[in-house]
Amino acid sequence: MTTDAAVPSTPVVLTRKIESELMKSRVASAMWFLIPMLAALAVVAGWPLLRTIYFSFTNASLTDLYGAEFVGFKNYLSWTTLKSGRTIFSGLLVDPAWWNAVWNTVRFAVVSVSLETVIGMIVALVLNAEFKGRGIVRAAILIPWAIPTIVSAKMWSWMLNDQFGIINDLFLNLGLISQKIAWTASVDTAMTAVLIVDIWKTTPFMALLILAGLQMVPKDVYEAARIDGVHPVKVFFRVTLPLVQPALMVAVIFRLLDAMRIFDLIYVLTPNSSATKTMSVISRENLFDFDKFAYGSAQSTLLFLIIAVMTALYIWLGKVRFDGGDR
Amino acid sequence: MKLKSLIAGLLASATLGVMAAQAADLAIVSGDTGNGLEFLRSQLDRFEAETGNKVTVVPMPSSTTDQFGQYRLWLAAGNSDIDVYQTDVIWAPQLADQFLDLTDAAKDVVGNHFPSIIESQTANGKLVALPAFTDAPALYYRKDLLEKYGKSVPTTWSELAATAKEIQDAERAAGKADMQGFVFQGNAYEGLTCDALEWVKSYGGGQIVEPDGTISINNAQAAAALEMAKSWVGTIAPQGVLAYQEEESRGVWQLGNAVFMRNWPYAFQLGNGDGSAVKGLFDVAPLPMGEGEGARSAATLGGWNIAVSKYSKSPDEAIKLALFLSSVDVQKERALKQSNLPTIVSLYDDADIAAGQPIIPRWKDVFLNAVPRPSAPTKVKYNEVSSLFWSAVHDTLSGNGTAAENLELLEAKLTELKGGDSW
Repeated sequence: MTTDAAVPSTPVVLTRKIESELMKSRVASAMWFLIPMLAALAVVAGWPLLRTIYFSFTNASLTDLYGAEFVGFKNYLSWTTLKSGRTIFSGLLVDPAWWNAVWNTVRFAVVSVSLETVIGMIVALVLNAEFKGRGIVRAAILIPWAIPTIVSAKMWSWMLNDQFGIINDLFLNLGLISQKIAWTASVDTAMTAVLIVDIWKTTPFMALLILAGLQMVPKDVYEAARIDGVHPVKVFFRVTLPLVQPALMVAVIFRLLDAMRIFDLIYVLTPNSSATKTMSVISRENLFDFDKFAYGSAQSTLLFLIIAVMTALYIWLGKVRFDGGDR
Repeated sequence: MKLKSLIAGLLASATLGVMAAQAADLAIVSGDTGNGLEFLRSQLDRFEAETGNKVTVVPMPSSTTDQFGQYRLWLAAGNSDIDVYQTDVIWAPQLADQFLDLTDAAKDVVGNHFPSIIESQTANGKLVALPAFTDAPALYYRKDLLEKYGKSVPTTWSELAATAKEIQDAERAAGKADMQGFVFQGNAYEGLTCDALEWVKSYGGGQIVEPDGTISINNAQAAAALEMAKSWVGTIAPQGVLAYQEEESRGVWQLGNAVFMRNWPYAFQLGNGDGSAVKGLFDVAPLPMGEGEGARSAATLGGWNIAVSKYSKSPDEAIKLALFLSSVDVQKERALKQSNLPTIVSLYDDADIAAGQPIIPRWKDVFLNAVPRPSAPTKVKYNEVSSLFWSAVHDTLSGNGTAAENLELLEAKLTELKGGDSW
């Protein structure tokens, strides 16, 4: 450090000065370009977020938003001591319905993202191979992703319907099941049904991102491996996977963020089943259906914190880099 | 600053422009089922021709729970895009602040309606909405099948279960593999609250929260009623009934795949329409009775009303529309075309209705004895009460805990929600 700074003192200072002037003007112009976006973000994301956090510390109700009074942490946790000396806790942090929703969300996110990653990888590997009509197949595979979630969820809810649904009809005719299954009604299959639809819908997205990563892998590495006679499976784990890993990690985090705030699919398929109720669904219910706007705000705030912490942990533990990886 | 005033100016002129153009441009929301939207449109065309106003229908999902969430949000935001709302009978106390008081506008016609219905739409002395039609469910049964197997129309739930089982099994053996004994609304939503309230009340188990605010649901009769309903699922009712709303049950029924159905009167007209597999093959009866002390036939009071948003930009025209949609003319048309029950007393003696929709005069007594959901005593907390109730019922029906356990838990939760002596 000391030698670096001491020996070529003048030129460095000179270049630094030039650089810093250049940098200054660059930073200044960059700021101007960024301001519209920052302003838009502040209006559409920052302000609602702050307001939701504010409401979570009040007793606001939807009929009287502006008459809200500050109540501190009461929505999160409060306790009263009864005459008998017993203390009763209430609030979000001790609400079993909320923790059930958190657990549902985490379970949904982990299972759906893992399966989507594996299937997406397989699809991407297939699409990366040279074959006739690859362009058409690539376009076709994107269709589920292009359909709006509400439409695909409604479509699946009819397909999964126990009496008229094509899934039951298909399985019955194939002899896979002996009687019609009520997919979305039964507590045991509700989550499975939601997972099936989500995986169907978002695997293309995963495949596309991985495919982009795969196409960055230099071809000569494979050639070298083939000349050395390395087994294809080994090539995949030793060459392909490490090289697409940066792209994969970014794809996974996108999906994880998306899965943690899942709402539309569940709202259409199984809106009130406690087996699939997620954090977003339960907070919407409190915000609008029940007269508990403040409590729903507290849930939204906690949802935001949980996602923020999970994302930070993921980036930190996974050493994810958003600048295109280390190649 | 300049930019700000420019934007403000633009916004102001845009609003002014819209206001001028919207002088008589009304919007009404409707989440009607079956061909209800079509009917509404035909009536609105009449209104347009009579008054020169233009009315746009904004279609909504048919689930009342879904509609309520959306309306609540719009109204809280002071949305002026919607002028007239179709409201469920249970919403009046919850949305009273956001709707105009119709007492003055309707003072000449209010006396034509059943007083109990007007009362249900009055909150704190304010007439929140005008009734468009009322609802009380029926037991739909297949005349042909009961005749074929020599059965009479069941008057108790156990008779219904026995008959349904026998006919279902015999029909299945005869090759109709999709035949079900009984379909109802078992999805976890407001409709299940209606269905389950009927079971509980028919067993003499009270009405969840009594009119004076007491929580009465945790009792042996209520538990017996729910255990009975649980025994249907997977035997006479398909497992999927736990995800059915009105339209799904009507789907099964109208394909000719059910012996009995619990549904609202709207299904009567649709079931007799062209293309219906049960056209002319069915009739309706009051819902069966339970067993034990206080057993009776019980029907949950439903019905829809017309309310005017206080954020409407043309409140006078909007009120005219509300009056029109609740008028004798429209209610008669509605009764004839939709088999919806009128809220106007005189229509029950109307000769055209008696000829066209014989179910309606017969239904007067059923609906006069109908059980209201506890929306009046629980006020703004009604939705949560209902949600807790339907969750407890849904858990019971899907085998997640016994009825007694779930009702005990429900009572604890309701007590906590009530929080003190009054709701």
